[in-house]
Amino acid sequence: MAKHPKHAGPPEPRSLDHAPAAGPAARLDPRGKVVVVFAYSVLMALCPGPLVPAVGVALGLALAAWSRLGWRLLLKRTLAVNSFVAFLWLFLPWQLTLGAEAGFGVVYNPDGVRLAGLITLKANAIFLAVVALLGSSHINDIFHALAHLHLPAKLVTLFVLFYRYLHVMRLEYLRLRQAMAMRCFAPGSNLHTYKSYAQLVGVLLVRSIERSERVYQAMLCRGFRGTFWLLDHFVWRPADTVFCVLGFAAIILLGLMQWGGYPWN
Amino acid sequence: MELIRLEGVSYAYPGRPGVLKELDFTLSEGQRLGIVGPNGAGKSTLFQLCMGLIKPQAGTVRGLGQPCSSEKDFRPLRQKVGYLFQDPDDQLFCLTVAEDVAFGPLNLGKGRHQALHLVSSTLKSLGLEGYERRVTYQLSGGEKRLISLAAVLAMQPTAVLLDEPSTGLDAERAQAMERALVDSELSWAMVSHDRDLLERTCHKVLSLQDGRLRA
Repeated sequence: MAKHPKHAGPPEPRSLDHAPAAGPAARLDPRGKVVVVFAYSVLMALCPGPLVPAVGVALGLALAAWSRLGWRLLLKRTLAVNSFVAFLWLFLPWQLTLGAEAGFGVVYNPDGVRLAGLITLKANAIFLAVVALLGSSHINDIFHALAHLHLPAKLVTLFVLFYRYLHVMRLEYLRLRQAMAMRCFAPGSNLHTYKSYAQLVGVLLVRSIERSERVYQAMLCRGFRGTFWLLDHFVWRPADTVFCVLGFAAIILLGLMQWGGYPWN
Repeated sequence: MELIRLEGVSYAYPGRPGVLKELDFTLSEGQRLGIVGPNGAGKSTLFQLCMGLIKPQAGTVRGLGQPCSSEKDFRPLRQKVGYLFQDPDDQLFCLTVAEDVAFGPLNLGKGRHQALHLVSSTLKSLGLEGYERRVTYQLSGGEKRLISLAAVLAMQPTAVLLDEPSTGLDAERAQAMERALVDSELSWAMVSHDRDLLERTCHKVLSLQDGRLRA
């Protein structure tokens, strides 16, 4: 958790991934960034061939360098994402055979390898763009951008409350774990451990329900009637227009590369 | 003017013996009441009944002189009377301090500029200048408590229900809060285990025992 000296002045709110967001991407209007990243992600997800996603990975790396997130952090996050992707490489290259001639068996499947490769490229292309562009904004600004873009208010509210109370839940979880440790709980592979963990999860669940009721009551006491107010307003600068134009130009170019009827496809 | 009146109110949590038994309670403008009582005596329950957050099984709740039963009946009362919850994490649900403190005023129909002005003046009155852009979940326990009080006071209520307001505050902050309250025009009912605090700040101290209030 973040620590601040007790009576210190107000520090800046932190960005999505707690990195100092100092690069030029941090100063862009989050609304533009959300729209560009969304369009780009849809394009990447739809691409049938590996070429455009590969270009997307290169572009993503360039964006990451441009937004100056720091290579160490980028590497850490990339590894986390790719640990999920690794499972695809574990399962996709193999095919089950069932039949009279072939018999029951597992054989190597080159199509599966191609598919795993394609998914890896797409996932990383999207991930790099999200981290480079959205990751350089304060999470609060992202929420506000979503609200200003007229996403359903309930969805945005859910997102905000989720993020706010995730921290409270995490602290509650840590306190419970500490309380268990203080009474010499040593996890092992036995029924006592499973039972204790089940209790821990159960208590967290019940507490979160009770907490949500109290939060709602507190909101009612302050006159809540379903409106979530926006206090921050963004200022659209010429740089944001330039960014959006460049972003959409790149997206259209990538789309042409894929679907423009060129010989490399 | 009478703000809240409970008449013959009884309340029991499901499957447990009653906490409040035919209790009478009145909070009028200009009154500063302290409430003491053992753990589990129903002090927080009393406040929740006053604000219409839970419904009594017997008896009536009157807010601003009107009988209140539905959610809508309680709305005018909640504009006049603020409620400081025991756990500030329940109260601070926005991500930044400014948004949280502005939430109440905006609900009351204040404009953005007026709300922001109220935010800074309220924070200043509690010695919290410059906290506007702070992120709520990164605040210390004491800071959270003061900010949640600011969130209640920013609605410019006539009276406040304070549930253990000084818990978790260091001596300096507790003093700042006490001063801000005493110097204000506010009426209140304050629950605390700190008898000295109640003697210093309240006109009258009631004790909640066996489901009833006694002087």
